[in-house]
This record gives sequence, structure tokens and C-alpha cells, in this order.
Amino acid sequence: MSIVIDRKRCTGCGKCVLVCPGGLMKQEKDGTAVMKYPKDCWGCASCIKECKFGAIALYLGTELGGRGGKMTVSEKGSFLIWRVKKTDGTIEEIAVDKRESNQY
Amino acid sequence: MQIDITKVLNTDILIIGGGAAGCYAALTIRERSGYSVIIAEKANIKRSGCLAAGVNALNAYIVEGNTPQDYVEYAKKDADGIVREDLLFTMSERLNQVAERLEELGLVFLKDEGGRYVARGSRNIKINGENIKPLLADAVKKLEAVTVLNRVNITDYIVENNEIIGAIGFSIEDSSAYEIRAKKVLCATGGAAGLYRPNNPGFSRHKMWYPPFNTGAGYAMGMKCGAEMTTFEMRFIALRCKDTIAPTGTLAQGVGAKQVNEKGEVYETKYGLTTSERVYGTVMENLEGRGPCYLKTEGISKKEEESLKKAYLNMAPSQTLKWMESGKGASEQNVEIEGTEPYIVGGHTASGYWVDTNRQTTIHGLYAAGDVAGGCPQKYVTGAMAEAEIAAEHMIEALKRNDTHNTQFDKKADRSGKQDTASDRMRDQVKEYNRFLGNTETIYSIEELEEAMQKVMDCYAGGITSHYKYNERQLGIAREKIKQLMLLSDNVAAGDMHELMFVYELKERLLVCLAVIAHLEGRKETRWHSFAENTDYPQKSQEWMKYVNSRYENGTLKIFYRDLVGKEGQYEHCN
Ligand SMILES: Cc1cc2nc3c(=O)[nH]c(=O)nc-3n(C[C@H](O)[C@H](O)[C@H](O)COP(=O)(O)OP(=O)(O)OC[C@H]3O[C@@H](n4cnc5c(N)ncnc54)[C@H](O)[C@@H]3O)c2cc1C
Repeated sequence: MSIVIDRKRCTGCGKCVLVCPGGLMKQEKDGTAVMKYPKDCWGCASCIKECKFGAIALYLGTELGGRGGKMTVSEKGSFLIWRVKKTDGTIEEIAVDKRESNQY
Repeated sequence: MQIDITKVLNTDILIIGGGAAGCYAALTIRERSGYSVIIAEKANIKRSGCLAAGVNALNAYIVEGNTPQDYVEYAKKDADGIVREDLLFTMSERLNQVAERLEELGLVFLKDEGGRYVARGSRNIKINGENIKPLLADAVKKLEAVTVLNRVNITDYIVENNEIIGAIGFSIEDSSAYEIRAKKVLCATGGAAGLYRPNNPGFSRHKMWYPPFNTGAGYAMGMKCGAEMTTFEMRFIALRCKDTIAPTGTLAQGVGAKQVNEKGEVYETKYGLTTSERVYGTVMENLEGRGPCYLKTEGISKKEEESLKKAYLNMAPSQTLKWMESGKGASEQNVEIEGTEPYIVGGHTASGYWVDTNRQTTIHGLYAAGDVAGGCPQKYVTGAMAEAEIAAEHMIEALKRNDTHNTQFDKKADRSGKQDTASDRMRDQVKEYNRFLGNTETIYSIEELEEAMQKVMDCYAGGITSHYKYNERQLGIAREKIKQLMLLSDNVAAGDMHELMFVYELKERLLVCLAVIAHLEGRKETRWHSFAENTDYPQKSQEWMKYVNSRYENGTLKIFYRDLVGKEGQYEHCN
């Protein structure tokens, strides 16, 4: 399980580094976030939710049957917009209203 | 690299671990008293611990028509009698008020037209739990006289004459060590993951159910000071979605998905419906050649499928990613399930500190709540918080009574006038930290030792490879090998503060492994399939209706037995 960081989008705000429950991310000298311990990632998605710039994506390792899709999240009003970009370039989105409870 | 700064802090109450229980305890203390609080958290309380990704439902709630006693009966049945009824009852009484408090903090609940919470099954209520941890953390940040030390990893208690007077740890961010002196201490460090070889290998080794960052520190610190522990043999093995190790309750209880084998036969009824029997059934179906096993979701409606995707995004987004990537959702494809490696988790099963009804451990002034506290299974989020509230109330009461027979620190400090000078205990501890930091001559890495430990536990102490089974001969081998690894762990090297944390995580796990082995050996019966499947004693017996407890003394684990404690009256320690 791990994440990929898009260096071009990373602004160096450091919020992902702060929030990681394993403290696994660090900042380089210029502030860019790096995943220092990729094998230790729990896949909790805290960092991708924290990133306001869509610079961090979650993916499934090959051992988990991963197919290279990348998942990011953005916030729009009361919605969390989860977006998966597949390797063929197609994009699928699911919007979850934070004010709504799970049905199950 | 060496630690060159030592910080000495003083507080009324120290909370170790700012997870569900730790944060809730801080809220309770400040709502009901003026006592100062320090929370020492190895991560950052915003998303630390079990709640990082969110939770799906509140799993412990007394729904209309039920009573707290019903909850006690349910948990007791699931654990086949080995529970502390006094703990279960006092927790159950508070579950609903905790839920209401969470709503006040901003948690979203599903409600019916009458404004009542909507139940899922007979003990759960439906929520949107994605942001439960940030909500708690925000509430804590607003409190006065509460200092949150993020990225401070605690490794040791300071105990004198069996009374706790503080704890020691270090910051992962800078090279400083902390001595935190407190009149009362709450341990809320959660359970232990990473003891056994996990489901997923290599790169995805941490895609496990329980947080890999909860490494059993609380158990280990208590053991090192001679605290009594209970029921470590009741391991928790979760039945989870294959690969992503995402929870299955949402499928089973949410859309009523049944456990089926490769032939499509519903097998869950064949083995029984307790938590351990559901795992056992899956193991047996696989062993008898009818695997893989699934939760039957094929045929659910598209609407249900979409709701499931959303529900998983709120707690285990990797499962939704898997569905989205494969282009096939739950309505078209059953969800394969597997048992995880065993964990030690007092919030699901009953392993942990032996506490009295007020959640005080056998070390005076040290309390335990949540997954680290034993005797009280099925507590989940609301139960962990209920325990935190109970402990907080009692700590406040005790402080008001000025109940600390041991005020040596204060006295010493007063005499010397040096309230902020590190104690000898602290200086010794820093020497130990610096020894690991300064070590340049080592053959084995921390990672290698960790993998070796997981392999030993897997092969000889009932891991996935041995279908969770073990016998006494194997446990003996496991003990010998774990002890050998403990010796080697004294000589590992840490390149920086983060690696120093890895050193202590390894040491904590090794010590917990030793306790697990001794407890598995201590219960000479098979009361719970899979959780504790002793092939030398494949039956259960009335004779074993008792607790297996332990104390770590002079480097060995002493196992002893205690009679079951009923609901009546308050239970206090007596030896
Ligand atoms: C994946 C998952 C999903 C779950 N889903 C649900 C659900 O849907 N509903 C439900 O009711 N329950 C659920 N639970 C159970 C519930 O989340 C836990 O029982 C509860 O959070 C336990 O609280 P705790 O405070 O004991 O542990 P945690 O909340 O894990 O807190 C422990 C804290 O201690 C810190 N810590 C550990 N060691 C140290 C150290 N040495 N020094 C300093 N800090 C330390 C950790 O970083 C962490 O913040 C789930 C659990 C998991 C793992």
C-alpha cells in the first residue's frame, strides 16, 4: 500500500507530513513532501484528504491486485469528491456528502 | 546522532496515547475539573490510531428495547464466558451518553423521522465516521490547560514503590527526550499489531486491519514494571475483505451478505456465529478444499452497490478503489474474505491490563482505557470512550482526595528546589537511547529482527500458516526463539530518532509476544476456535472457566489464575 506524490503540484505546505499516523512522510529542503517509508504505509488516506492541491494519490500495491489506478480526494462545499484515474486515462468520481450518514 | 536535550514537564494527569480513549479522557477531565493534562502522542492526534481512516458505525450502542445487561450477555456469550462482567456492565451503562456527546462534537448520525438514531442490527448505529478523529482532536485543541505533545513516543513508566509518578519518552522530530511527571497517568496506547506475519507480503506488509503503529507499547511498559495482565491468549483474528483487509461488518450487517464457499453454499451456520467461529469456519472450508470463501454480494441492487462504495470511502477507501479499478462492483462480484494474522486488542477481545472497576491497574495511580485494557471485549469506539470517562472520573476523585501515597518526587524536588532537573531514572534512560543511536557495530537490522519475530510467531504460535493452531512443543520453540531475538534486539542501531522509535516498537512487540506465548500455554483447553486453538487440548472444559493472568518478574513471565468476576459490586485488586 502506498502513495505517490506529484512534485509539480506539491506546494510544500507540510500538512500531509503533519497528519500521517505513522509519521512516515518528511519534507525535503525545499519543502516538497516525500514518503520516506513506503513499505510502512497503512493506506489510511489521511494524507490525500489533507492535501488541498491534489498532489498525493493513493494506489494499491500489486500484491493487493492493484491495477495502477490512482485515487485523490478534493473538497467541494460539504462534499468529498473521490476521484480515481485509471491507467487507460479514464476518470471516475464519487461524491460523498459529509452531512449524510452511511446507509449501511 | 545523540540526544542532547532533556525536557522535564510536570502535570496533574498524563495521558499516554491521544487516540479514541486518550482524547475522550482529556475532554472529560477538563469538563469536570481544573486539573492540568498532558497528552503524549507518538503521531499527531488529528488522525492517529485506529480512527485514522474513519469508522463505519458505532458498534457498541444500546438500541431501543435493549438494556446494558443485554450487551453484557452478548459480549459474554461471544467470549464464551471469559469476561469481566463488572467492566462490561459499567461500560455498557455509558455507551449511549458517549454517542450523544459525539453528536454534540459534530459527528453525523442517521436518524428516523422521530429524531432517533437508526440502528444497524441490534447493537450498532449508523453514522458518517470519516471525520471522527479530526472532530475529537479539534475539541481537545480547544481545551485549556491541556498540552498536546505530538510525535513524542513514550517508552517507559517511572514507578516507585508500585506507584506511578511519570513516564519517559523522546521526540521523533528533534533530538530531545522527555521526562513527564504526573500525579496520575492514563495509558491509552491501543493494542498490538505486527506480532505475527501479516496477510500481505513485502511492499504491502502494512496493509493490515489494526494500525501497524499501535505496537503494544502500553502492554510492554506495564509488563516492565510488573503490572498484572489478563487473557492475552484470547487473540483477535479479524475476518476481512481479501487484500484490502477492509472490515466486513458493513457487508454482513449492512446488506445481509452471507458467508459462502466456492460452491456457493452458506457455511456460517455450520460452525456457529460467534466472532471466532466465523473465522474458524472460513479456515475449515479452505482446509477442506472448498475455498475461496466469500461474502455473497452478487445480486444486490446497483443502489446498494453505490451506497457500499460510499460507506467504504468513509472508513477503508482502498476497498472502494479496488471496486472502481476492477470495473466490477459488489453487485456483480462476491467479496472474497480471509482471516487476518492475530492481534492483541482489548477492544475486541479481552486481552490487556488487569484493572479494577475504576480502570485502575495494579500499579497505583496508573489507569488503562480502550484497547490496552483487558477483561472487557466488544468495546469498540464508544466503549473505549466510556472507559476513558470512567478512568477520568476516578482520577479526578483520587486527586481531590489527594490520594498519592508516594510523593517522593515532589519532596525531592522541593528539597533541591529543582523541579525541572532530570531524575536519575531519566538519565539512565537517555543513556540507553543514546546507546542505540550511537551504535555503529551491528549485523542485524531492526527490520530483519521484526520479520524474524513475525515468522516465529506465524510458524510456532498459531499464525496464518499454521491455520492458527499450535501445541505446547511449538510454543516452547517460539519462546526460545523470541528470547534469542530479544537478546539481539539489545544490540541494534538507530540512525535517527525515527529509527529509535522502530527499536522500541520492536522491543515492545517482542515482549508482548512472550506474554502471548505464555498465555496460550497457560490455557490448557480450546475455548475459542482459531483465537486460541491448542491442538494438545482440543476440547473446552468447565475447569477452565477462569482467567489466565500474568506478571513479568525478573525477566520471566509468571502465569497464575483468577476466579471469574461477576457483575455485582465493585472489584478491587487483592493479591
Ligand atoms: C480499521 C479499524 C476500523 C474500526 N472500525 C470501527 C467501527 O466502525 N466502529 C467501532 O465502533 N469501532 C471500530 N473500530 C474499533 C475502535 O476504533 C477502537 O476500539 C478504538 O479506537 C480504540 O481506542 P484506543 O484509544 O484504545 O486506541 P487508538 O484510538 O488506536 O489510540 C491509541 C493511540 O496511542 C498512540 N500511541 C501508541 N503507542 C504510543 C506510545 N508509545 N507513545 C505515545 N503514543 C502512543 C497511537 O498513535 C494512537 O493515537 C475499528 C478499529 C480499526 C483498527
